[in-house]
Amino acid sequence: MIPAPFDYVAAESTTHALDLLDSLGDDAKLLAGGHSLLPMMKLRLAAPTALIDIGRLAELIGIRADGEELVIGAATPHALLAASDLVRADAPLLAHSAAQVGDPQIRHRGTIGGSLAHADPAADLPMALVALGGSVDVLGPGGRRNVAADDFFAGYFETALGPGELITAARVPRRPGASWGYQKFVRRANDWAIVGVAAVGGRIALANMGPVPLRAHAAERALAEGATAAEAADLAAEGTEPGEDVHANRVYRMHLARVLTRRALEHRT
Amino acid sequence: MRVELSVNGQPRSDEVEPRLLLVHYLREVCGLRAANVGCDTTSCGACTVLLNGTSVKSCTVLTVQASGQEVTTAEGLAAGEALHPVQAAFRQEHGLQCGFCTPGMVMAAVGLLAENPDPTEAEVREGLEGNFCRCTGYHNIVRAVLAAARATAGSAAEPDPAAGGVPEEVGA
Repeated sequence: MIPAPFDYVAAESTTHALDLLDSLGDDAKLLAGGHSLLPMMKLRLAAPTALIDIGRLAELIGIRADGEELVIGAATPHALLAASDLVRADAPLLAHSAAQVGDPQIRHRGTIGGSLAHADPAADLPMALVALGGSVDVLGPGGRRNVAADDFFAGYFETALGPGELITAARVPRRPGASWGYQKFVRRANDWAIVGVAAVGGRIALANMGPVPLRAHAAERALAEGATAAEAADLAAEGTEPGEDVHANRVYRMHLARVLTRRALEHRT
Repeated sequence: MRVELSVNGQPRSDEVEPRLLLVHYLREVCGLRAANVGCDTTSCGACTVLLNGTSVKSCTVLTVQASGQEVTTAEGLAAGEALHPVQAAFRQEHGLQCGFCTPGMVMAAVGLLAENPDPTEAEVREGLEGNFCRCTGYHNIVRAVLAAARATAGSAAEPDPAAGGVPEEVGA
């Protein structure tokens, strides 16, 4: 399968990328690892007229501590995130989630910024960022802004990114001691989550239980009020309207959310 | 547009369309046909090559993304007539049946051992998660990777009298 023709420009800096986004127009797309965009282009589900490559910008790659937060450059590949001693110590849920994306080859190319911008509700890293109470650094024509993970995901494959904006980094709180749990239900190796659950501290996030990664608010409240893991997990699907597909109908997804939340809470480390 | 990259240690400079996938560049422009197009959807791993030493699926990399970098295919592993330890181990352990997945399996294994020179059997199986063998010949493939790891350790490290050399049987 071969993508439709497009122009390719390797951006020399994020500023250059912003200029290119402005000059190349709405049909230009940013390219980093390309592991969401290129498959869609090969299937002709996407046909951008131009790709602006930000995947090799050193300023977008790497992980650093910034006070109480970890800052992960948007073009940091999953493999680097999974192997980072800093992330494993201060946000182990994020390192674990990165290690669950796809397979080793995919983790060598796929990036956190790409995963967040693609905003697949079944994906690992958007769910992890919501569970961690993280945020997204955005750079655009109007300058810099920071968007909380809870507000970043706007709909099915849709984010709060405006025209001409790009993600420069993801931020997560440093919480070395916080207990966390992660569960992903799949039928086969490499598959997307039919339902996923990430829990850290008192926050619980669900993957593929709606158009965006969701908080399990009712279960969180119950936990805060002293409920057991099993009691809280019974409330995990409350307020959700999961979609249906060949893998699972609505009732089954809600069942999975309850079971996986119980497992995530009971097996917190 | 013009790309300049190293393929199996040889510098190349070629004019390519931006949409040319790396696997098609390797097969059709370079004439290197070890990397196969299997699923063409980033799943099966038959197109696995090394990009700057790490394994990638070349059906999901644009040639222009590899410009300025080093690509290694299965053709680039052997030193003359001497097989790479992973190739030798695949032959020794019969780590293939029809052979279609083999170049990708070998490259994924080389990448895995570069990151983890002494993997457990479970780590080998997880490390090859991105490579499908539709003959389901996984058992011997895993044996081959473990044998390659031991052979490499045996040649790289000081001999350990207690270990008694490289075992003939692994993972059984």
